[in-house]
Amino acid sequence: MNPYIPHTPADVRAMLDAMGLPDVDALFADIPAEVRRRHRPLGLPGRDELSVHRYLAGLADRSSGQELIPFLGGGLYDHFVPAVVREVLSRSEFYTAYTPYQPEVSQGTLTWMFEYQTMICELTGMEVANASMYDGATALAEAALMAHRTVGGKVVLVPRSLNPGVRQVLATYAWGADLRLGDVPYGEDGRLALAEVPEGTCALIVQQPNAFGVIEDLTGLKDALGQAFLIVYANPIALAVIEPPGAFGADVVVGEGQVLGNPLSFGGPLLGLFATRREHLRRMPGRVSGQTVDAAGKVGYVMAFQTREQHIRRERATSNICTNSALCALAATVYLSALGPDGLRRVALLSMERAHALADRIAALPGFRLAFSGPFFHEFAVQCKRPATAVAALRRAGIAVLPPQFLAPTGIKEAFGVAVTEKRTWEELDRFVEALRGGGRK
Amino acid sequence: MTTIYDRGAPGRQAAALPSLARPEQEILAYIPAGLRRRERPRLPEVSQPELVRHYTHLSRLNYGVDTGFYPLGSCTMKHNPKLHEDLARLPAFAGLHPLLPEEEVQGALALLWELGEYLKGIAGMPGITLQPAAGAHGELTGMLLIKRYLEDRGELGTRTKILLPDSAHGTNPASAAMVGFQVVAVPSDGRGMVDMAALRTALGKDVAGIMLTVPNTLGIFEEDILEITRLAHEAGGLCYFDGANLNAYIGRARPGDMGADIFHFNLHKTFSTPHGGGGPGAGPVAVSEALVPYLPVPEIVREGDRFRLRWDKPKSIGRVHPYFGNFLVMVKALAYILTLGDEGFREVSAGAVLAANYLRVRLRGTYKVPYDRLCKHEFVLSGEGLPVRTLDIAKRLIDYGFHPPTIYFPLIVKEALMIEPTETEPKEVLDAFCEALVGIAGEARERPELLQRAPHNAPVRRLDEARAVREPVLRLLFDSPQA
Amino acid sequence: MIPKDLKYTQDHEWVRLEGGKARVGITHHAQKELGDIVFAELPEVGKKVKRGERVATVESVKAVGEVFAPLAGEVVEVNDALASSPDLVNKDPYGQGWLFVVKMSDPAETAGLLDAARYAALVGEKG
Repeated sequence: MNPYIPHTPADVRAMLDAMGLPDVDALFADIPAEVRRRHRPLGLPGRDELSVHRYLAGLADRSSGQELIPFLGGGLYDHFVPAVVREVLSRSEFYTAYTPYQPEVSQGTLTWMFEYQTMICELTGMEVANASMYDGATALAEAALMAHRTVGGKVVLVPRSLNPGVRQVLATYAWGADLRLGDVPYGEDGRLALAEVPEGTCALIVQQPNAFGVIEDLTGLKDALGQAFLIVYANPIALAVIEPPGAFGADVVVGEGQVLGNPLSFGGPLLGLFATRREHLRRMPGRVSGQTVDAAGKVGYVMAFQTREQHIRRERATSNICTNSALCALAATVYLSALGPDGLRRVALLSMERAHALADRIAALPGFRLAFSGPFFHEFAVQCKRPATAVAALRRAGIAVLPPQFLAPTGIKEAFGVAVTEKRTWEELDRFVEALRGGGRK
Repeated sequence: MTTIYDRGAPGRQAAALPSLARPEQEILAYIPAGLRRRERPRLPEVSQPELVRHYTHLSRLNYGVDTGFYPLGSCTMKHNPKLHEDLARLPAFAGLHPLLPEEEVQGALALLWELGEYLKGIAGMPGITLQPAAGAHGELTGMLLIKRYLEDRGELGTRTKILLPDSAHGTNPASAAMVGFQVVAVPSDGRGMVDMAALRTALGKDVAGIMLTVPNTLGIFEEDILEITRLAHEAGGLCYFDGANLNAYIGRARPGDMGADIFHFNLHKTFSTPHGGGGPGAGPVAVSEALVPYLPVPEIVREGDRFRLRWDKPKSIGRVHPYFGNFLVMVKALAYILTLGDEGFREVSAGAVLAANYLRVRLRGTYKVPYDRLCKHEFVLSGEGLPVRTLDIAKRLIDYGFHPPTIYFPLIVKEALMIEPTETEPKEVLDAFCEALVGIAGEARERPELLQRAPHNAPVRRLDEARAVREPVLRLLFDSPQA
Repeated sequence: MIPKDLKYTQDHEWVRLEGGKARVGITHHAQKELGDIVFAELPEVGKKVKRGERVATVESVKAVGEVFAPLAGEVVEVNDALASSPDLVNKDPYGQGWLFVVKMSDPAETAGLLDAARYAALVGEKG
């Protein structure tokens, strides 16, 4: 018997009798006969639990990449996730609940959402945050749409140093909404070089740190933009040590929250961070938990400002988003609570310490140089004559880095990317350098 | 309600981390002085036992499918199989980086390809993308596909309207608007189906497409579906099917056979992956032959027993996801498909439709059923005629230990209660739910104030939703910055 | 709850004619349908409006009420008190809960408004 369906033949009979129907097929009489006739099954027999487990575990084992040491970033990073995060997430009262439309039986979800919003505001230096978007890329695209709705103008300025995958998603959304992307070049230090703000600009996007890992200087950008939005796509772990975008007048801060307690997951599910200023609240997409009181005066939480959302405002909603990344946001909430301000700072510093140690050693190798002179956080681009050979040598040593073709759309030549988190050991760093020394120059 | 910030004390930490090899200041010196963070973010400072108790406490304030019956209409709150959680935690799935070269991720690509093939088979349609992260994201992808298709045919300037039945989910009009389409509502008729005369009038050379939900949000199968799609195609429009309600006919009928050009799946509904308190989900999109060239890149293709990513698709709309979509959700969906097989799918739709009709028949003596006919996986009651509002009935159900149904939707039914039991509830639970609703109708007449003040047995009493907007507090406010 | 001295629209706005100006709000019936009003988005003073144009929105927790200009003209005054007390629309829809004042550009348009008796018939209430 199907383990997920409790109806016995006697139950089925009793229910059919209650409605006076002869058999189950009668329940589908309203589907046109022609449609039912055309139906073709998959030819799948159905399997037992053990066999399904074996099959999928077998598929998992076919990915040789699981054995590699990931010095691989490009927007997602291999940070340590304390066991307590997964333990909390495995509470099925959290993961088998729906969106908290009935607040009286959803105080668990609504309370952590409120906590999460507080933490994201604190990290970004902003006044309000929503309870998550799908991922950093779509959060960024939605921020651009919001800028257009707020200030008009159809040009979104995008640095060439923006993560290429994120840029591709932004480009798709922008094309859909008839917005144009304007290029902003970068200098020799790898930082964006904003020369002018053309007429019709609704936003400038800055990635912090950018696709090369370089830390941008946001000073003065908002002044140059005037009404147009300053949108910052930030790595939340870096914000433990870098001055938050809110301090530079950012209108929206978005980012990829995977790094906050979520596994790499072959790229999904991810966590889209979205925070803005109070004055823009009514144009913000996504759900928000707000504090209130119950009939007895006790503090509780509800979904607030729902009139912005699709289920009420329909075609005039601030976005079509409904399902979000709630459970990944819960992971971020527990992760940030587990680490606290000191722990998060430690993760950032450990990553930086090891990244800089490795970068120094690579740069000292003949034939290798860092692509940019600007300050960087925990990721950097390395240039050499034959990057493919270097990447292959690292692969032979069991190490994965960001391949040259990923960074190519930024315009950088002959470079591969290296990211270092607190999970990388000093021995792994040695191995990296030895691999390059041994085979990288051939 | 206590938050995590109310617990702990300065200096406490729930996870121990490695030490730095060098003094902090030396590492911070890598950041130019003006860009270094000046104030610490105010994050909780709690020990591990405090952390665990806090979130365990919060979890107990929640109602989930694992706590009880959750008949939320249009949401398909079915059981979430536990095998799936185990599988999604396998390190070779959860720990895999998506930017590894394709030869290093063959297992993950094989999984995606295989899932895609099954979904194409279930839809009866030749093309698929797994990138969309949710149903609404699938809708947006569908609208982008329509836009590209029209652009390619030189019709973008003339075909500007998307037709939508008035019973549609709110995401439909919002998705169409994001791509600049003008939304035109098509009314329902007395049967609760698309008004065919109104549809004929609305269809014309300015129509880009029609978005349909099958069965519709009243739980009624559009009996004229073949005529609707034929007329739309004749007028030069494309047919989008919202797949939120696939649970009603999976294993028995396919959208491709009904004339769908675009169909989105909700893996977090039909394919049993958990809703996570609001997400993540996954919203793969299947398309007809005409739209295959426009699908997002990269496409996952099979060559013998190898899998690779295909990028050279000049007509593609581009990417809608930075990687491959919500992979771990897809792991669960594939496990579900393999467990059920064809016969399992037929049992799913049979069980879902049986349960919905059983509830409808049992409750129609007590509540108004505005469209009292054979329904599919869900149906809509109305609280009209009782001396309380539907909201009061919903809150009172909480006291009986049930999660309330969807209320005040669809908009075309006054005081609506939209009930979707799914196939995974025992008959005893369905019976108890009926008894509760019948009891509540009696209470409404005899002691309406009992309902108006409900819930009485929840973690909190009824919450003041107006206050949360009039006096917004959307984050904790602290007295002073932290040193 | 339908004052005799006011004019009305099909969309449940009321109009108080004050010389060449028209003071506009939403009716008792409209505020009751919406429920607890939590926000009013008002036009800017100086905005030129056409008759039937959407000029304001009044929001409750779970509904959005669109407010259309009953008459053409220029917005010369808006009710700033609603920013801090949007619930005035519920408490006193015909008084302190007014929304905005339009200086009419075509006073002849007032002929198209409903009187209290006709509006009462529209909402099925006794005048």
